[in-house]
Amino acid sequence: MVCSKHPVSAAMFMIISLVGVAALFVLLEAFFLAVLQILVYAGAVMVLFLFIIMLLDVGPDAGKASKMKLVSGLAAAFSISLLIVIFLIIVQDSGWLPEGASWRAVPESSKLTQGGNFVFSTAVKNFGYGLMTKYMLPLQISGFLLLAAMVGVIVLSKKDEKEVG
Amino acid sequence: MESITPTHYLVLSLILFSIGFFGVLLRRNLLLVLMSLELMLNGINLALVNFSRTALNLDGSIFVFFIMTVAAAEVAVGLALLVALYKKRKSVFTDDMNLIAN
Repeated sequence: MVCSKHPVSAAMFMIISLVGVAALFVLLEAFFLAVLQILVYAGAVMVLFLFIIMLLDVGPDAGKASKMKLVSGLAAAFSISLLIVIFLIIVQDSGWLPEGASWRAVPESSKLTQGGNFVFSTAVKNFGYGLMTKYMLPLQISGFLLLAAMVGVIVLSKKDEKEVG
Repeated sequence: MESITPTHYLVLSLILFSIGFFGVLLRRNLLLVLMSLELMLNGINLALVNFSRTALNLDGSIFVFFIMTVAAAEVAVGLALLVALYKKRKSVFTDDMNLIAN
């Protein structure tokens, strides 16, 4: 995706990778999040991206290649491999993942909490319970954030009438 | 037969994040920079869901929910800013956003 020259093909690859991530969510038994991923990302966000690409009519950015491309590419590859190694060492040492790291079955019971923690479940009910109890304030704030984003976009994309008239 | 472990998911999420980071650093088209930012957020989401599933604790999944909300708001505002910038500078390339350098 980051290598394709044309923004439209990059967006198409992006959609493929987003749907792939949604499929991985299904494999992790987070069905609600998979549906949200398809609806929000592959549905809304990428349509917005494609719409803006068509609106601005940006072509491929060939001929504007950066002079630092080889050096920065090598540096990026090196730093990314270093990052992966360090991260894996930290994770292996921290014991966040159980030894041998096999999958425990998702509890079938309709218990919502256990020992003060929300129980992972395939049901949307547990999500709702979590959002409405512990995460009530973040939920309200994110709703307000969406409102602020909506107002901000309207203000930004409004025609400046003083300049025009 | 070797099965898929949480570590595999973690490596994949790290690779996704790295590809997005690579894109943010190397691309000069602001649209593609925004898209790469989305890819980075997706890598984080995958890691969070993975940990949430492994620990059988729903907190991580609820965090993913909030990250998606914030990402959607961020994309909307970012693209509106991009369109406003395009009207002013007639370009979406980061090389042309050099007002402060002159």
